[in-house]
Amino acid sequence: MARTVWDSSVGKKTVMAVSGVIMLLYLVAHVIGNLKIFFGAGEFNHYAHWLRTVGEPFMHYEWTLWLVRIVLVAAVVAHATSAYQLSRRDIKARPSKYVHKKPRASYATRTMRWGGIILGLFIVWHILDLTTGTVHSGGFQEGHPYQNVVDTFSTWYGNVVYIVAMLALGLHIRHGFWSAAQTLGVGSRTRDRALKTVADVLALLLTAGFIAVPVGVMTGVVS
Amino acid sequence: MKLTLRVWRQKNAGAEGAMSTYEVDDISPDMSFLEMLDVLNEQLILSGEEPVAFDHDCREGICGACSLVINGDAHGPERTTTCQLHMRSFRDGDTIDIEPWRASAFPVIKDLVVDRSAFDRIIQAGGYVTAPTGSAPEAHATPVPKADADFAFEHAECIGCGACVAACPNGAAMLFTSAKVNHLNVLPQGAPERETRVLDMVAQMDAEGFGGCTLAGECATACPKGIPLVSITGMNKEWLRATRKAGKR
Amino acid sequence: MTYTDYATGAPVSDSKAPSGPVEERWDKRRFEAKLVNPANRRKHTVIVVGTGLAGGSAGATLAEQGYHVVQFCYQDSPRRAHSIAAQGGINAAKNYRNDGDSVHRLFYDTVKGGDFRARESNVHRLAQISVEIIDQCVAQGVPFAREYGGLLDTRSFGGVQVSRTFYARGQTGQQLLLGAYQALSRQIAAGNVEMHPRTEMLDLIVVDGRARGIVARDLITGRIDTHFADAVVLASGGYGNVFYLSTNAMNSNATAVWRAHRRGAYFANPCFTQIHPTCIPRTGDHQSKLTLMSESLRNDGRIWVPKAQGDTRPPSQIPEDERDYYLERIYPSFGNLVPRDIASRAAKNVCDEGRGVGPGGQGVYLDFADAIERMGRAAVEARYGNLFDMYHRITDEDPYEVPMRIYPAVHYTMGGLWVDYDLQTTVPGLFAIGEANFSDHGANRLGASALMQGLADGYFVLPATINDYLARNPHQEAVTAEHPAVQEVLAETEDRINLLLAVDGDRTPDSFHRELGELMWEFCGMARTDSGLRKALERIPQIRDEFWRRIKVPGTGEEFNQSLEKANRIVDYLELAELMCLDALHRTESCGGHFREESQTPDGEAARRDEEFAYAAAWEFSGTGEAPVLHKEDLVFEYVHPTQRSYA
Repeated sequence: MARTVWDSSVGKKTVMAVSGVIMLLYLVAHVIGNLKIFFGAGEFNHYAHWLRTVGEPFMHYEWTLWLVRIVLVAAVVAHATSAYQLSRRDIKARPSKYVHKKPRASYATRTMRWGGIILGLFIVWHILDLTTGTVHSGGFQEGHPYQNVVDTFSTWYGNVVYIVAMLALGLHIRHGFWSAAQTLGVGSRTRDRALKTVADVLALLLTAGFIAVPVGVMTGVVS
Repeated sequence: MKLTLRVWRQKNAGAEGAMSTYEVDDISPDMSFLEMLDVLNEQLILSGEEPVAFDHDCREGICGACSLVINGDAHGPERTTTCQLHMRSFRDGDTIDIEPWRASAFPVIKDLVVDRSAFDRIIQAGGYVTAPTGSAPEAHATPVPKADADFAFEHAECIGCGACVAACPNGAAMLFTSAKVNHLNVLPQGAPERETRVLDMVAQMDAEGFGGCTLAGECATACPKGIPLVSITGMNKEWLRATRKAGKR
Repeated sequence: MTYTDYATGAPVSDSKAPSGPVEERWDKRRFEAKLVNPANRRKHTVIVVGTGLAGGSAGATLAEQGYHVVQFCYQDSPRRAHSIAAQGGINAAKNYRNDGDSVHRLFYDTVKGGDFRARESNVHRLAQISVEIIDQCVAQGVPFAREYGGLLDTRSFGGVQVSRTFYARGQTGQQLLLGAYQALSRQIAAGNVEMHPRTEMLDLIVVDGRARGIVARDLITGRIDTHFADAVVLASGGYGNVFYLSTNAMNSNATAVWRAHRRGAYFANPCFTQIHPTCIPRTGDHQSKLTLMSESLRNDGRIWVPKAQGDTRPPSQIPEDERDYYLERIYPSFGNLVPRDIASRAAKNVCDEGRGVGPGGQGVYLDFADAIERMGRAAVEARYGNLFDMYHRITDEDPYEVPMRIYPAVHYTMGGLWVDYDLQTTVPGLFAIGEANFSDHGANRLGASALMQGLADGYFVLPATINDYLARNPHQEAVTAEHPAVQEVLAETEDRINLLLAVDGDRTPDSFHRELGELMWEFCGMARTDSGLRKALERIPQIRDEFWRRIKVPGTGEEFNQSLEKANRIVDYLELAELMCLDALHRTESCGGHFREESQTPDGEAARRDEEFAYAAAWEFSGTGEAPVLHKEDLVFEYVHPTQRSYA
């Protein structure tokens, strides 16, 4: 069955949809966590620490976190690999363009591929910046995420990279969520409006929620 | 009306093609688009040039033979087939670009004519009900709820013209394939082959080199018969169901 | 000897038709027909030309039975055959409505509707099989219209008083054809049918008096090839395109049947053409084809013209008492639902009187104002929405607001290759099915009967009768391309193609086709006269002559060349047209679609002359431009006694 799924264009889309939904669920949790930054360093750092102790005493320190990370990496890899393979198939299926070009489909739909690439690169930067601290702008302090976040968003490029990526994320989710629903066969004529609305609301809330942090830093609400 | 036409000319499948420019005059707004091309072709023949090859047959919007991308739109600016598009949709002095369907699964044969036999092979893979002649039970033996019959009909309306593929940025044949899957899978007569049908048709669709679906929705916008985009959702659902069932076996 | 001095040869008789009670003849024939051992069927190859309702269903069924089928169509896919354009529906004597229908009534209506020029045994078989067709199509998943209870809906159609027409909105032909196409696709996938799309039959190969194959041109490469078989089935449709403007598809053509005729198959009743009353009028010289509006529109629309000649007021400004609802006036009991031939001729008459409407006065109104008032716009929309949209798109007039304009157009040809009860032509091993044969409709076809006949022939009749031929000729010698008879046909075909390309004149194929069509419409159309037909018969050879001097076909024969395809079809139209006119000239009676002005009743109705003309006229070819030989097949009516049709 796995073979059938992976060999089929519809199956690969299913892989994309499922991995996309997993990442989307993660992002919802992520944005809720992020917003704690507005309640001060204490609460935010405490929350960050708690992430490592979830599931104790059943789970050892950081086990849950690593489990989540593994699932996420798997989702990203699956999502990206199927996207890459499907894109190659799509480009091959339409080798010559029309001479008469017309703007097609919605912006969100047309930017799925580039948006995806931007998001992929962003994730790499984001981890190197705030998880490992490899490319962090200030002195990265393990266990002091509040200060690290403030440092990142105190640079202009940190803000630009982040905000651009979050806008791309909004667009990606807007088409991606609705699209995943169609791929998983849960869309229908009657449900279409509702699904589109949910997609729009999700995209808007996540983008706004994530962007609120750099904006908060820039405006001095978070410092 | 006087028009400038820029038409894709390509001698045969192997040759390089290019756009050529022609002028036509005395075009009546009541002419169909193909009748306007007839005028061009009469002109070309008399001037010793080769007429533009294009597929057409019934000229009443049902056979699915006609297939032109007009100013970037499959079947032109109206939601209908090219043969049912009339020149009143254009204005005097317009320049009109005319191109063939573009997809690697639909190779150009000549000028505006493409090979759509990939569609036939998708149907051959499972777009039928196995009901050899003579084996049929009495027609009223199985009532079909009106809603299901109407649903089947709306999908069965597909004329196999290929506009969905031509319009799709990925050259995907999902709308065509899903129309047949939905038509047959909703009916009790199609139920016994419900799973194999969708799995085999999708596999054939992939094998023909059509692209994948990114739900851009261009296909449904171009479809002259109004097959809805949600038809694809329906097929995805059938495919997932069939894959799950096949996995259990 | 001129073309009109034809000789009458020996009568032709339907030797295969069994005797006895008409209800038992089909069973009897099926029992008497020899069978081919299932294990041996694989060894028999059958060529089927055409993939419409008749060809598609025959190809699929023969393959299911185990024969090796090699099938051809000129379209890029078998799904596009012109059966797809049939709108209205398909008749079947199911009597689901409990409204008094029966096999016998469908039989009776069809013989009467055909104006007593069809064979009783064939028509009865058709009525019997009609019932099975519906079962077969439903089993294939054809989405017929249904009632809320889930059972099949029917409507009454085309001048009959029972509701026996099954339909799928206005696209019944499409749905039935896709059913046959899908069945055929299954057999193609199984390797039982070898399908050749974009391949056109150009001639018939007859070896030792039997049909053994065809010469066909691959329309993409231009390659002309021979294909051999143990039997050949022509399902290539009608020849309405002789008229240039018709409701046929642009590429529907008569080449297959005409070439078969030239090789010895008799052509029967060529003058029987059906002019459909409800088509969209032409708008100008650019017109390339005419579009039919389903006859079902006449169930609720009222047909009228202004009472006064040359009344150019818009219809809304013509008061009720200045309108002439002429069908309701002349035929009070059938009104707007009179058979097609009558409705068409009545429209022609009022237009000839100068009361026609629209450009050129070639149109009559089909008005839905009363229906909209009576049922409401929504109900009218539900019933005819797609037809109204189609009309609106073509004419740019909204039929909900302004009455439709309609005018008759050539639609169907009842004539075709003469076949016996087994659907075999006078060339052994050559069968003709569907519109390509002449068998079941007589002089006029009833609405919703063409689909019935095409599918009856393809699904049920031919697959039963062809067994008999194949069983009786089990070990035919293999034919190869080297056979002298094959070489001869091939050479003739190549010569013809080369000649067309070599003329390099100054007129396009379409210009000849248009000229011929106008001539035929004027003199061999809705009303025919002795002098008109003679004029046409004088003119056709002249056009033919001019054609061979002035035709211009660009390009070569070794490529995709649509001008060449067209020109080659016109060659055959130019001969067939002559035979149609001769047949019309010789039949000095009016019957069904054939109306001779010299033969009418005092009140202007068609007058049939049964004493002289109760026969099918089967013509034998004797050479281009040479008088053919007439063979008469007497028609015997044991069950439905000829009466002058009366729809008053």
